[in-house]
Amino acid sequence: MSAALAPLGKDLLGLEPLTGEQITLILDTAEPFKEISERAIKKVPTLRGATIVNLFFEASTRTRISFEFAEKRLSADTVNVGSTGSSVQKGETLVDTARNLEAMRIDMVVIRHSASGAAQFLAHRIESNVINAGDGTHEHPTQGLLDLLTLRDHFGRIGGLKVCIVGDVLHSRVARSNLWGLKKLGAEVAVCGPRSLLPNAVDELGVVVFDRIDDAIAWADALNILRLQLERMTAGYIPSLREYNRVFGVSRERLDRAKRDVLILHPGPMNRGVEIDSDVADGPFSVILDQVTNGVAVRMAVLYLLSGGKPELAEAAKGGVSR
Amino acid sequence: MPGKQSTVLDARSLDRTLRRMADEIVELNDGTDDLIIVGIQRRGVQLAARLVSTIAEREGASVPQGALDITLYRDDLQTVGPRPVVGPTSIPVDIDGRRVVIVDDVLYTGRTVRAALDELADFGRPKRIALAVLIDRGGRELPIQPDIVGKRIETAPGQRVDVLVEELDQRDAVILSDREETA
Repeated sequence: MSAALAPLGKDLLGLEPLTGEQITLILDTAEPFKEISERAIKKVPTLRGATIVNLFFEASTRTRISFEFAEKRLSADTVNVGSTGSSVQKGETLVDTARNLEAMRIDMVVIRHSASGAAQFLAHRIESNVINAGDGTHEHPTQGLLDLLTLRDHFGRIGGLKVCIVGDVLHSRVARSNLWGLKKLGAEVAVCGPRSLLPNAVDELGVVVFDRIDDAIAWADALNILRLQLERMTAGYIPSLREYNRVFGVSRERLDRAKRDVLILHPGPMNRGVEIDSDVADGPFSVILDQVTNGVAVRMAVLYLLSGGKPELAEAAKGGVSR
Repeated sequence: MPGKQSTVLDARSLDRTLRRMADEIVELNDGTDDLIIVGIQRRGVQLAARLVSTIAEREGASVPQGALDITLYRDDLQTVGPRPVVGPTSIPVDIDGRRVVIVDDVLYTGRTVRAALDELADFGRPKRIALAVLIDRGGRELPIQPDIVGKRIETAPGQRVDVLVEELDQRDAVILSDREETA
């Protein structure tokens, strides 16, 4: 007899709309999926016959490959669509692209888009399940989930943890998904970065704000160090990369001074020598590659949970599944 | 609410039955060489652990133990509505060329065992796979038969067989109830 899970709904658009229970459900579901990637044959037949389109309108290596592995390890058929070399380049609208895909009888869409709200816009207009793989500066829920899973693996819990998000919080969808997820699971959250790269209303977010990285290190159980997008410099948000590294860069020396172990996360890709030094990225407290491994498991869990059966048949199955 | 209930096995008879099954597993495989005992989540896992410890007592051999969760291999995933909980799977040794004994609590339609066979095939190619079940309640929908049976009972489709184990249910027993409970 299998206990039924509380449904997530049709789409995964962000962590903000989810409850702490739903987030915990995804993390718990990800646990058994980790083992599948350790097998000689890394595949289960769960999504056999399901068709998934990865709609990536913005450059991505890690997230796209991670989703593709997750889909393939669940036996789904996948198609990748990028913005270059597709009809998007010819000026087709997002909705037209999706409707055309849906006319080919797809089941799910994974979308990465530079516009905040793109995933939700799509989700309201098509029948297929929509998974947000990053929309503008809004959210990147599966990144938030894999960060949570990595923290939980290491500390055994999220509640009561002190986590500081370091860097360009203003432009970061990763920061936003982390913030929602961590708060819903009862962690204490702080941010640290130049004021020009923190949201204006940062004090209203209900987070601790550190202006000095040393104070953040002294406070935190874990640092989630965001990538400094290099174009921020030309846009005048920071004076120079060297200056940024000197003031906010996380170095071995700074961590040693804190005299306590601080777990190091980074969503990648890293700018070594800017926001994070190499001896920290490759150091004993770095779980950056664990994050990547967990990314596949978390995405498998999301695909599995959203792919649910047909509701009209669920009633018939209510009496339990015959063995 | 469950209807009329009867006890198929109490704690003592369940223990006796498992000891006999442990002996039969050793007999069927001509000893314990290359043997691995794999329980199907959930209660098959606890039964497998007891078989392993009985074999250790009697034969002085430690047989590796695995666990299978067959949820992701079910043939009814597209129809069950909310996604069922997935439990852990662990196969601690390479099963190529080994003798595998699958352990489950109740054998009914055979669909769980079909899924378990498919899942095991993804881990390797055992020399032989045998099936040991505590209760065979009939009602097969697939051509699957057990090699070792604790007890065979006659049941009607509406009835329900529950195997209770101390580790999860605070007592050992097998209960047959008249009405199928709705989950």
